[in-house]
Amino acid sequence: MTKEEKLSTKFETRDIVVPGDLLYEGRIRTGENTFRREGNVYSNKVGLVSYSQDRVSVIALEGTYTPLVGDLVVGMVIDIALGQWVVDINASTDAILTITDAINKSFRTNFDMTKVLDVGDVVVAKIVDLDRRRTPILSIVGRELGKVHEGFILKITPSKIPRLIGKKGSMINMILRETRCQITIGQNGRILINGRNREDEELVVKVVHKIETEAHTSGLTNRIQEYLREIKEDRK
Amino acid sequence: MSKTTKKKTTKRKTSKKWARVDGRKPDELRPLHIESGVIPNADGSAYIEMGRNKIIVGVYGPREMHPKRLSKPNSGVLRCRYHMAPFSVDPRRSPAPSRRDQEISMVITDAIEPALFLERYPRSVIDVYAEIIEADGGTRCASINAAAVALADAGIPMKDLVSSCAAGKYEGKIVLDLGDYEDKKGESDVPVAYLPKIDQVTLLQMEGIMTQEETEKCIELAIEGCKQVYEAQKEALKKKYGMVEGAEEKEEEPDEEETVEEAEEE
Repeated sequence: MTKEEKLSTKFETRDIVVPGDLLYEGRIRTGENTFRREGNVYSNKVGLVSYSQDRVSVIALEGTYTPLVGDLVVGMVIDIALGQWVVDINASTDAILTITDAINKSFRTNFDMTKVLDVGDVVVAKIVDLDRRRTPILSIVGRELGKVHEGFILKITPSKIPRLIGKKGSMINMILRETRCQITIGQNGRILINGRNREDEELVVKVVHKIETEAHTSGLTNRIQEYLREIKEDRK
Repeated sequence: MSKTTKKKTTKRKTSKKWARVDGRKPDELRPLHIESGVIPNADGSAYIEMGRNKIIVGVYGPREMHPKRLSKPNSGVLRCRYHMAPFSVDPRRSPAPSRRDQEISMVITDAIEPALFLERYPRSVIDVYAEIIEADGGTRCASINAAAVALADAGIPMKDLVSSCAAGKYEGKIVLDLGDYEDKKGESDVPVAYLPKIDQVTLLQMEGIMTQEETEKCIELAIEGCKQVYEAQKEALKKKYGMVEGAEEKEEEPDEEETVEEAEEE
């Protein structure tokens, strides 16, 4: 960091900021969760500020889910309309899944949609298209996508999903290894858990809860690993 | 302040020194306590105690709006509900929303809206529910304060927090943050909501009779009060992320930390 930049930064990296806090005076790129007003950069969420060479951003501590193309989401079918299912994906608008995105073959007009998905079904889907003005479009054609038959859903704050995954999947891989459960993480804050027995599943619930409450702290992966070992030893 | 009114007040009161009913200084706020994240099932929430006011606020959304016809195609909608619990005042009041509740709901909506980026959520709604558990004057200000904290706690993008505080005239003196007694016995009441960092007033109401100079003084004093409230709001938001047991100090090894940008699903 040059001397000039240091004068303009108002916080240390990883300080907690609140909406409206002045983060940077002068020219710099605005990263996530920041906005520019009168040439200066401000935070618009509660989070940890992060300064890099050419940009300033805020890592949100709380946040609702904003759909992005390519996201894997866990949704629930809430309605069937003409040629499409309406899926609740925990975003500000409901998502749409059309028949062509649901089955990878031709179909007739009298196609019975409930045979593929019915209201109340849970799906693992990918967001394939998005318009700021329009609803997200989903697809369940693909590997590991489609209707969910067993397991249960755990909900966490969507902004904490990256911590659950960890750096290059370090956190989630560790949890998978230690608990031997099948875990599907939806970017929308819904986690699908399917374990071999109740105890393993409960272990995942405990760990995810701990990650959620301590997401803003450092050295989390190691602490979670210790925590898992402790619980396991208690059981023996 | 004119000399005649001062004489009057000293005459009426046996003690020489003028004091407010609760012994506060003229520019002193009531004891203020704010807590964030108190309702686990809400997207964001806050609880405020401002004097004897006790208010709990829940924020839900942005979510799909029902009924759909009320949604806007080009922007989100902020919907606030101010409601006084039947037991919040003496005598008990009817739980049905009154004319006053409706008006204050609207006033709160208008006071908070400038701080939000509603255009980012077309066809959606952000619901804010403020429930008055105990009322002691200045509930609209306290509701706005709690609602701003709850919105930030919900992770809804905001330009600034909204702080609110009233000033008024009581026994001929300009005082800050009137309680229920001062509100009713006093001559005038000016609630103000303020965006502290942007330096904008988003709510300004006035009740009673005052001269122009007194009104200006009231607004200035109320803004000073808002700034004090702002500090308490900030503290409430940060307090939720206090130290976690066993966690390392954040300054120690920032390099080893997995950052959000780098986190990717394999």
